[in-house]
Amino acid sequence: MSQQGYVAAPPYSQAPPGMGGYQVGYAAGPAQPLYGHLGGAPHPFSAPAAGTHTSTKSAQVVVWNKHSFVFCFLRNIFNSSCLALPGQFGGMMPGPQAGMQGGFPGAMAGPPQKKLDPDAIPSTTQVIEDDKAKNGGQVYCTNIRGQVPPLVTTDFTVQDQGNASPRFIRCTTYTLPCTAELAKQCQVPLAAVVKPLANLPKNEAPLYAVNHGETGPIRCNRCKAYMCPYMQFIDGGRRYQCTFCNCVNEVPVFYFQHLDHMGRRVDFYERPELSLGSYEFVATLDYCKNNKPPNPPAFIFMIDVSYNNIKSGLVKLICDELKTLLEKLPREEGADCSAVKVGFVTYDKVLHFYNVKSALAQPQMMVVSDTTEMFVPLLDGFLVSYQDSKPVICNLLDQIPTMFADTAESETVFAPVIQAGVEAFKAAECSGKLFIFQSLMPTAEAPGKLKNRDDKKLVNTDKEKTLFQPQKGVYEQLCKDCVVQGCCVDLFLFPNQYLDLATMADVPSHTGGSVYKYNNFQMETDGEHFLADLRKSVQKHIGFDAIMRVRTSTGFRATDFFGAIHMNNTTDVEMAAVDCDKAVTVEFKHDDALSEESGALIQCALLYTNISGQRRLRVHNLSLNCSSQLSELYKSCETDSLINFFAKSAYRAILNQPLKNVREILVNQTAHMLACYRKNCASPSAASQLILPDAMKVFPVYMNSLMKTAPLVGSTELSTDDRAHQRLAVMAMGVEDTQLLLYPRLIPLHNMDVDSEVAPAPVRCSEERLTDSGLFLLENGHSMFLWIGQAASPDLIQGIFNLPSLAHFQGLMSTLPDVDNPLSKKVRAIIRDLQNKRPNSMKLQIVRQKDKPEMLFRQLLVEDKGLHGGASYVDFLCYVHREIRQLLT
Amino acid sequence: MTTYQEFIQQNEDRDGVRFSWNLWPSSRLEATRLVVPVSCLFTPLKERPDLPPVQYEPVLCSRANCKAVLNPLCQVDFRAKVWACNFCFQRNPFPPSYAGISEVNQPAELMPQFSTIEYIVQRGPQTPLIFLYVVDTCLEEEDLQALKGSLQMSLSLLPPNALVGLITFGRMVQVHELSCEGIAKSYVFRGTKDLTSKQIQEMLGLMKPAATGPQGRPVAPQDAAASCRFLQPIHRVDMNLTDLLGELQRDPWPVPQGKRPLRSTGVALSVAVGLLEGTFPNTGARVMLFVGGPPTQGPGMVVGDELKIPIRSWHDIQKDNARHLKKATKFYEALGNRSAANGHSIDIYACALDQTGLLEMKCLSNLTGGHIVMGDSFNTSLFTQTFQGVFSKDHNGDFRMAFGGVLEIKTSRELKVCGAIGPCVSLNSKGPYVSENEMGIGGTNQWKMCSLTPSSTLGIYLEVVNQHNAPIPQGGRGAIQFVTQYQHSNTQKRIRVTTITRNWADAQSQIQHIESSFDQEAAAVLMARLGVFRAESEEGPDVLRWLDRQLIRLFMFHLRRSPFLQVFNNSPDESSYYRHHFTRQDLTQSLIMIQPILYSYSFHGPPEPVLLDSSSILPDRILLMDTFFQLVIYNGETIAQWQKAGYQEMPEYQNFKQLLKAPQDDANDILETRFPMPRYINTEHGGSQARFLLSKVNPSQTHNNLYAWGQESGAPILTDDVSLQVFMDHLKKLAVSSSA
Repeated sequence: MSQQGYVAAPPYSQAPPGMGGYQVGYAAGPAQPLYGHLGGAPHPFSAPAAGTHTSTKSAQVVVWNKHSFVFCFLRNIFNSSCLALPGQFGGMMPGPQAGMQGGFPGAMAGPPQKKLDPDAIPSTTQVIEDDKAKNGGQVYCTNIRGQVPPLVTTDFTVQDQGNASPRFIRCTTYTLPCTAELAKQCQVPLAAVVKPLANLPKNEAPLYAVNHGETGPIRCNRCKAYMCPYMQFIDGGRRYQCTFCNCVNEVPVFYFQHLDHMGRRVDFYERPELSLGSYEFVATLDYCKNNKPPNPPAFIFMIDVSYNNIKSGLVKLICDELKTLLEKLPREEGADCSAVKVGFVTYDKVLHFYNVKSALAQPQMMVVSDTTEMFVPLLDGFLVSYQDSKPVICNLLDQIPTMFADTAESETVFAPVIQAGVEAFKAAECSGKLFIFQSLMPTAEAPGKLKNRDDKKLVNTDKEKTLFQPQKGVYEQLCKDCVVQGCCVDLFLFPNQYLDLATMADVPSHTGGSVYKYNNFQMETDGEHFLADLRKSVQKHIGFDAIMRVRTSTGFRATDFFGAIHMNNTTDVEMAAVDCDKAVTVEFKHDDALSEESGALIQCALLYTNISGQRRLRVHNLSLNCSSQLSELYKSCETDSLINFFAKSAYRAILNQPLKNVREILVNQTAHMLACYRKNCASPSAASQLILPDAMKVFPVYMNSLMKTAPLVGSTELSTDDRAHQRLAVMAMGVEDTQLLLYPRLIPLHNMDVDSEVAPAPVRCSEERLTDSGLFLLENGHSMFLWIGQAASPDLIQGIFNLPSLAHFQGLMSTLPDVDNPLSKKVRAIIRDLQNKRPNSMKLQIVRQKDKPEMLFRQLLVEDKGLHGGASYVDFLCYVHREIRQLLT
Repeated sequence: MTTYQEFIQQNEDRDGVRFSWNLWPSSRLEATRLVVPVSCLFTPLKERPDLPPVQYEPVLCSRANCKAVLNPLCQVDFRAKVWACNFCFQRNPFPPSYAGISEVNQPAELMPQFSTIEYIVQRGPQTPLIFLYVVDTCLEEEDLQALKGSLQMSLSLLPPNALVGLITFGRMVQVHELSCEGIAKSYVFRGTKDLTSKQIQEMLGLMKPAATGPQGRPVAPQDAAASCRFLQPIHRVDMNLTDLLGELQRDPWPVPQGKRPLRSTGVALSVAVGLLEGTFPNTGARVMLFVGGPPTQGPGMVVGDELKIPIRSWHDIQKDNARHLKKATKFYEALGNRSAANGHSIDIYACALDQTGLLEMKCLSNLTGGHIVMGDSFNTSLFTQTFQGVFSKDHNGDFRMAFGGVLEIKTSRELKVCGAIGPCVSLNSKGPYVSENEMGIGGTNQWKMCSLTPSSTLGIYLEVVNQHNAPIPQGGRGAIQFVTQYQHSNTQKRIRVTTITRNWADAQSQIQHIESSFDQEAAAVLMARLGVFRAESEEGPDVLRWLDRQLIRLFMFHLRRSPFLQVFNNSPDESSYYRHHFTRQDLTQSLIMIQPILYSYSFHGPPEPVLLDSSSILPDRILLMDTFFQLVIYNGETIAQWQKAGYQEMPEYQNFKQLLKAPQDDANDILETRFPMPRYINTEHGGSQARFLLSKVNPSQTHNNLYAWGQESGAPILTDDVSLQVFMDHLKKLAVSSSA
């Protein structure tokens, strides 16, 4: 595309004013933004942007110092001539002006003289590779307070020595500012991303289960924090002081142990709760609903059998798959068979429940037409053990596709389906998960009936937020019912048109569920992709009926939570279910000053029912440093976590504010954080220098990428459902997922060493990195593209696609043919490996250079200018730099 | 000249009718003075093996508001080929098919011996019979197994083309689809929600939503194929249904300690009625409800599920303490009326040790002509044999049941119809025959009987309207025509016409003739029916007072003590049950109900009927008492001792063995024919079950009249009830004083 860098001609000349760029700056003094962690306080740097201007650049010098990434322009970059355009971005721009909409205002001032070398600006892939080189394959011990872990992209082994593994908790910074003023000054959000049930690699020990017997876990009397390595035993071991609230507690008699000369308990190494950062307690009846031990959870498969799904063959696909999938239900380590019960419902306008009791010769179908007040028509035989009822279930799964083969029903219900699941769990007194397979917007006369409210005219207006807001009423109540009963909803959608995803996904996104969407589902191209998702969803490690509480030492506390969660009050995070991929981002605020000496402690306790129906308490502890030096803080920041926080907070903010405001805030805060660093931590240097903290040097690229994501970019070309879908998906993501989503991997495949064990190193996400003769794999955790250059050699094409040339390539190919040569094997191995690693399966899309589908591929090249709006990395960097300069003057 | 006795008997045998008076007083005034109204017991479908139906349609009077059927009483002009209607005196030409008529070539309906004649009507489609089983699954395992067995057995009794359906209920209501292979399919309804007929049909997928009609054109009434999913010909689904019944399980929902199972009888019936209403309106159908306890939730709930709150008793009802009574009754009445309007009858088979809510539900059967059977358990021969009795067949191999009966009464102008009492509902047909004075279900001369059996008997009450000053000429005769249209169990449409006539008599000059024409038995039953009808709607003591004011005859002593009027010692359900049967059985059975029959068996002679009196209870007698509902064999003290000693086993006491056997044989004869099966009790002197006998006999000896103590005759009854002697003494005194 643009060979002229960021000075390109206006790319979105048709777009309405105010879109894409940032020309309507904060200088206009809009009402204080409602969202975010700016705390509502007046912005210290919110002076109107003066006429400073990035205009021409001739060259850059990159200077490395210990902590900062200094990135400076020659003196003449910001010459005074720029001042000739005052008010250009003062917010009073008179009408739309060409050139103002896509890029940055400065870009139009004068012709470009010299180009900014893309290689000279901070590279994410470089950062990742560097960290890999430094920490890859190493053992990371968690014995040091405030230690910054390796990046999420690096493979390393964790040894728990008193702090939770970064797989469970990652923080935006591992050194908290001592005071609220400092925090406010630097604007760096203080947050932790908690993935309580994260999967651990095989070489790391699973969590120990501690059983404190009938009394239950030992807890501080005052703040109820659980026994952990930070508790201080005193009085010869008879009492202990809680480090969270400083309360002194008696040690229960059965728990007494003498202290050694260091003041440590003699049994320190024998007790996980004294020596480890993460462990589990066996919960007593006090921790169970109604003081009754929970029943094992259940999975209910609820299949829409209306015309669309029958016709597309989906129903048959699901039924056939279930026969094998049910053999592999998740089970406790070492258990013979899964304790999970299964149940089946099919539905269109009415619901059909199935009695599959093992004693029956054939299944029984029970139709419930009364969808206004849903109920479950049977008790015994609905939720059964697959092992016991296998013949009846197989019989049923064989029959379902034929039973509805002649259906003409084109309307379905939805809310009653979820309600039925909740009622079933209620009747069986268990928690569990619903797998709902739906292709239509629920239009049948029943509670939760929806109508088309997609209105592209709302895009880029103050009302755009309504597109993201779910319909109130039925679904709101349903969320609550689901959470109370521990009913998680996984929604598989197969839409051909708009189906109000914002509303339909409301329940899944508040119950720890996921939404999977297969637009224009085609059996041949999407079937395997969907089945892979279904398998992952069924088999993943999951806990039910969960409640999480984050406790902190005095001086700060958790104030806000983001995730697929439900909050009834300000402290308890309720989750109908939480699986190994779901993360909750927790924001912290100061209450008081923190001391450098004692640091800051976080204890995150998750009470949940595991897959075999045991109530467990999982505790993750993390200790952080505190410092009154901002430089310490910037040093221990983690960009990946920061961006996770920003993504979630921005995605939540768009529910209440115009997108424009949200984008402005993001830029402002970026500039602010960096300006604060420049002002307080960096050594004095020329104003033309852009100085980034070392830990945050690729932060701008992520931030820019975030602003180019579908939810945040106001474009009528994007489907409303897709935007809502992405918005909700991100809310539950962990650091790995947001990192990958915002900076996809672009892997060159044409020149790799086929004998090497490892995959080739990714290159930067920019079209400049593509070569006409190349072959690239691009993946962001949700989509996967195989890009073929125009001039790709026939050998390459033959080797991988088994086709003589690109011209022979036709139709949609969703899998690579099984060709017996090292290259093909290697490519397929790489793809398989990536598919396995990601929480979702990704549909492989093969695109040829200059073909129409290439657009989808190009959308993910985040360093380039966005197709639907948004700046390129370089432009953004320049813009941020200018903002920083303004803040500093 | 035959005696009145023979005349009455002959009339009953031929026409199934028994009049209170067989000579009718000729004026209103005289009729009123007679106290017992001119009335009759009419058995519309009395079994007449000797009466083959004719294969043509009846000839009707052409006058629009008459339409009487040509009968032997009509005057016929054979030459002019015209006949005169004996009710409205309209002269009617015979239809062309009667062209060959002459004095020697008369159609059957003109012959005097065919005062009752049955026509087969070929019109209209023949719809198969429909049987919809509505089965309670909140039963004890043993009961459910027995019931399942009975139901499976009943399938073999149904005609192969009959449509059957199955609804089961407990906490929820399930309508089973019978035609599906491979998977048993059912529609489930919440047991607590009252649904309209339309909603039910929609939910069962029986109607297409109205919105689909493009120009708002009315929706096709029903999709025959759709309805067939729930009601299938038995020959097609026999296997399926047998399996389905076999797999029926007890209601799976747990019943906590101290609670009754949740039983949604109301919704189940509502669904059953709605289903039939939508699919087969105005077709002969039986909803057969099998319950093992009271409805405990939803509409029609009779008692809550808390066991500590007992089901209402008469005491509660009198104290106005029965919370659900009114609401439930209203619900079932509405349901019964809907069902009756569609011609569907509802049977209730209630088997439980406690009450099942028959009081509230009785109207379902009473309004629709359905059966009520009450027993202790489905696992008893009382139930199984009674249930089989429902499917009993006549000499032609047809079921003894008919559907969709409509009875119309036409009278000569001196008479009017006051009303009827029996298993019927009014069709509100006002006309010249209808009296303003209502007795029973009045204000009409047409009644509908959704289902009737050969023994179904109605009490018909008439009024003489002829004024005193307009005397009827000597030898004048009044006539009544009963026209009963019905669907025979072989699906034929039939019309049975009975035309009877009686002489008018001037009460002043011919009072002794009228007196001698009095049919004491018929009058007793008719008056008793009136009493029961009143008792259903009025307070007990008022009814007794009313009865006392009326003519009192011997029977009335027992009637006053009977469970039909007395509620003491009976649950509301039992009272409802007894009254239900009393208002539909024929005269003989009704008499047995009023005054039970007591037979004595002894070595002193052949079996003989004895007085229903405590003095009949002697040590060396075996007594057999038949109260219609109970059959009691009572061994006297000595007999019992002999039996215990085992004399009957010894060859030399063969005669004793035979003596023991004789009442049992007689009892078996009764058991075989009686519907419903009576409770069979075999007891002895001092046995706990002897109370059934002791409570019925006239307490001529009690603990009060001490002189009886120690006497050899009879057994004293421990009761404060007055004996017949006291009653009669009192009555005589009253009779004298009131006439004075």
